Amino acid sequence: MLTNEGGKAPSAQADKSVSTAASLHNPATEGGSWFRTLAYTVVIALGGIIVSAVIAVALYSLIATVLPDSQLLNATLVMVLGVAACFGYFWSTNKALDTIYPSRGDNATFNILRANEVRPWLFLGPAVVILGIYLVYPVFNSIWLSLHGPSGNEFIGLDNYVWLAGDTTFRESLLNNFLWLLVVPAMSTVFGLLAAALTDRIAWGNVAKSLIFMPMAISFIGASVIWKFIYDYRAAGDEQIGILNAIITWFGAEPQAWITLYPWNNFFLMVILIWIQTGFAMVILSAALRGIPEETVEAAVIDGANPLQIFFKIKLPQITGTIAVVWTTITILVLKVFDIVLAMTNGQWGSQVLANFMFDWMFRGLDFGRASVVALVIMVLVLPIMVLNIRQAQKDM
Amino acid sequence: MSVGVGNRAALTWVVNISVIVLVAAWTLPTFGILVSSLRDKDQLAITGWWTSLTSSERNLPAQRAPAPAEAVQDGDVWVLSGELFEGEGGKASSFGISSRAPQAFEPGETTELRDGGMLTVDETGGYRIEYSKQPEGTRGQRIFVTGVEPPRFTFDNYRQVLFASGLAQSFINTLTVTIPATIIPILIAAYAAYALAWMEFPGRALLLAVIVGLLVVPLQMSLIPILKLYTDLDIGKSYIGIWLAHTGFGLPLAVYLLRNYMAGLPREIMESARVDGASDFDIFRKIILPLSFPALASFAIFQFLWVWNDLLVATVFLGNNEEQLVLTGRLRELLGSRGGNWEILTASAFVSIIVPICVFFGLQRYLVRGLLAGSVKGG
Repeated sequence: MLTNEGGKAPSAQADKSVSTAASLHNPATEGGSWFRTLAYTVVIALGGIIVSAVIAVALYSLIATVLPDSQLLNATLVMVLGVAACFGYFWSTNKALDTIYPSRGDNATFNILRANEVRPWLFLGPAVVILGIYLVYPVFNSIWLSLHGPSGNEFIGLDNYVWLAGDTTFRESLLNNFLWLLVVPAMSTVFGLLAAALTDRIAWGNVAKSLIFMPMAISFIGASVIWKFIYDYRAAGDEQIGILNAIITWFGAEPQAWITLYPWNNFFLMVILIWIQTGFAMVILSAALRGIPEETVEAAVIDGANPLQIFFKIKLPQITGTIAVVWTTITILVLKVFDIVLAMTNGQWGSQVLANFMFDWMFRGLDFGRASVVALVIMVLVLPIMVLNIRQAQKDM
Repeated sequence: MSVGVGNRAALTWVVNISVIVLVAAWTLPTFGILVSSLRDKDQLAITGWWTSLTSSERNLPAQRAPAPAEAVQDGDVWVLSGELFEGEGGKASSFGISSRAPQAFEPGETTELRDGGMLTVDETGGYRIEYSKQPEGTRGQRIFVTGVEPPRFTFDNYRQVLFASGLAQSFINTLTVTIPATIIPILIAAYAAYALAWMEFPGRALLLAVIVGLLVVPLQMSLIPILKLYTDLDIGKSYIGIWLAHTGFGLPLAVYLLRNYMAGLPREIMESARVDGASDFDIFRKIILPLSFPALASFAIFQFLWVWNDLLVATVFLGNNEEQLVLTGRLRELLGSRGGNWEILTASAFVSIIVPICVFFGLQRYLVRGLLAGSVKGG
C-alpha cells in the first residue's frame, strides 16, 4: 500500500480531490513515513483518549460536589460527560491532525494524503482500544490462566485440562449442552417458521406477531420466574396452582415436580428458551418469506400446487440461507445459556450446562484456572460458527 | 371449482385457529404472572390464577375468641361476639371448634363448648358465644371457619415488593447501569463504523473480519480476565466498571450494525459534500450521523434490552449490596429465599419486565429493522 502510493490513490477522498497531485509527493521521505504515520496515529489517538478521559473525570468530580446525592442524577451526568468526552476526543484529535498536516500552504497535497492515512485510525481508536481490552485480550489471558492454579499465580501446566477430562459434572454439562443444541435451535426455527407462515395469511397477523415476539423483551430470569410458576408443584390431593400440574391432574394423572425429573427436566428448561427465541426466528423468517419473488409462487399456483406443496417445495428451498442464519444465531445463544439454568435448578438434578458450570467454578469454587478452562471449551465450541460467519461476511462485502 | 373454494374457507379457519393457539401459548405464561401479581396473596397460594374470577373456599387460620372473663352481660346471659372475616366480606360454609374437625358444623348451628358456652357462627362470619352464668377463665375459645371468599384483587403485593423488599432501589440501580451503558457505546461505534464503511486504509478488511468474529465471542471468556484487571487497577465492583464492560461487550454488534447501514447510504451525498470542501469529520457529524438515526435507534434498543435484562455481567462486576443489586439479581435472590411466596415473585417479576416490554411495544419497528440488518445480510 505505502510503496505503490503514487499509482493507487489511498482513499476515496484522495480519489476525488487530489488524485492528480499524488504523483507530486516526494519519494525521498518514503522510507521513514510509514513509521512516522504510525507514531503520529498512536500519539494523537492515545493522547486524545487520555486527555478527554481526564477532563471528563475532572469535570465529574467538580460537578459531583455540588450535585445532590442522587444515584440517577449521577448516572445521567456520567452519560452526558461520557458522550461529551467522546465528542471531545473526536473533535480534538481531528483538530490536532489538521494542525500537524495543514491542508493549506506549500505542502497541501502531501499533507492531505498523510492526514488521510492517519484519520481512519483516529476514528477507530476508541473502539479498537475497548475491543482489544474487553474481548481480544481476555482470549489470550484465559489461555494463560488455564495453565495456572486457582488464584492464577502458580503455574500448573495441563493439570486443569486433565481434571476437566475426568470430571463427571463436565461430562454431564457437555451432554446437556449437546441436547440443548439439538433441540432449541430446531424447535425455535420450526415454531418461528410456522408462526411466520401462518401469520402472513391472516388479517390480524401483525398483532399476532407482536404477541409471539414479546417474550424476546423479557429477561431470562424473568422468564424463569414465569415458567417456574407454570411448573409449580403441590403434593397430590392439594389444589395445584401451577397450570401444568393442574392440567394433568384434571386428566387424572399424578402431579409431578417437573424440574427435578431427570432427564425430562432438561427439556422443561429448554422450553423457556424456545419460548423466548421463537419470536426472533419468526420475525426474520417472515421477512425472508415476503422477499420471495411472486412469480415463483404464481407459477406453482397455475400448475395446480396446493398450499402445502407451495410452502414446502417452492418457498422453503428459497429461504434456506436465512434459516441457516437463524439457526446459527440461536446456536450461539444456546452455548451461552446460563441464567435459565441458574434460576431454575442451579445445575441440580442432572441439568448442569457449560456456562453455569463455569460460573460455579468462578464464584463458588473460586478457581480461576478451572473456570478459564471451561470458558475456553465454550469458546472452542463457538469457533466453527465464528469462522463460518467471517467467511459469509467476506463474501457479502 | 366450488370444492376449491370450500377448501380455501376451511384452510382459513385452520390457519386462524392455529394462530390463536400459538398466540395463547406465547402470551398466557406472562398473563398468568400479571393476574397472579394482582391477586390477594392468600387466594394466590391455594388456587390457580385461572380460577381467580370465581369464589374460592378455604380454611381460615384458627381464630381465638376473647377470654371468657371478658364476656358482657346481655339480659340474663353473658355474651362474647365478633367477626371472623374482619370486614373483608365472604361467606362461612362451615365451622368447627377443634383442629381435628374444622368443618364439623353448618353456619347457624349451635354447639356447646367445654366450658358450657353455646357457640353460633352465622353465614357472614359473625360469631356469638352465650353463657348462662358469668364465665371465668383467660383462654379464649379457638374457632375454625371455612369461608367462601369472593375473588379479591389488590395492589398490596406491589406495595410490598416496592417498599419493603427493596425492589424500588434495585429499579434505580438497574436504571443507573442501563442509561450510560446504552448511550456511550453508540458514539464510539458510530465513528468506527464510518471509518470502516467509507474510508480506505490498509487492514480494513481484516478489521471487519475481526469484528464479525468478535460478535460471537462468548462473554464467559471475558469475565475472569476483566475481573482480575479491575482488581489490579483498583476499579473493583463499581458502576464505572460495569458501564465500560457493557460498552465493550456491545461494541461489536454496534459497529457491525452501523457499518452495514452506513455502507448502504448513497455515495453521491458524501461526494458532493466533499466537492464543497467538507472534511470527513464534518461529513460524519453533519450528514452521516443524522441519516443513520434508524440504525442508531435499533442498536440503542438492543443494547437497552440486553443491559436491562442482563444478570451475568451485573453479578460479576457489581456487588451484592443494596446500592448495587440490580433487578435481575434481586429476582434471582428472591427465587432463592422466597421461592414459595408467589405473590412476591410474580409482582417482582412484573416490575422487572414492564419497562423492557413497554420499550419493546413502543419501538418494535426499530427493533425489527435492526434484527433484519444484523442477521439477514451478514452473519
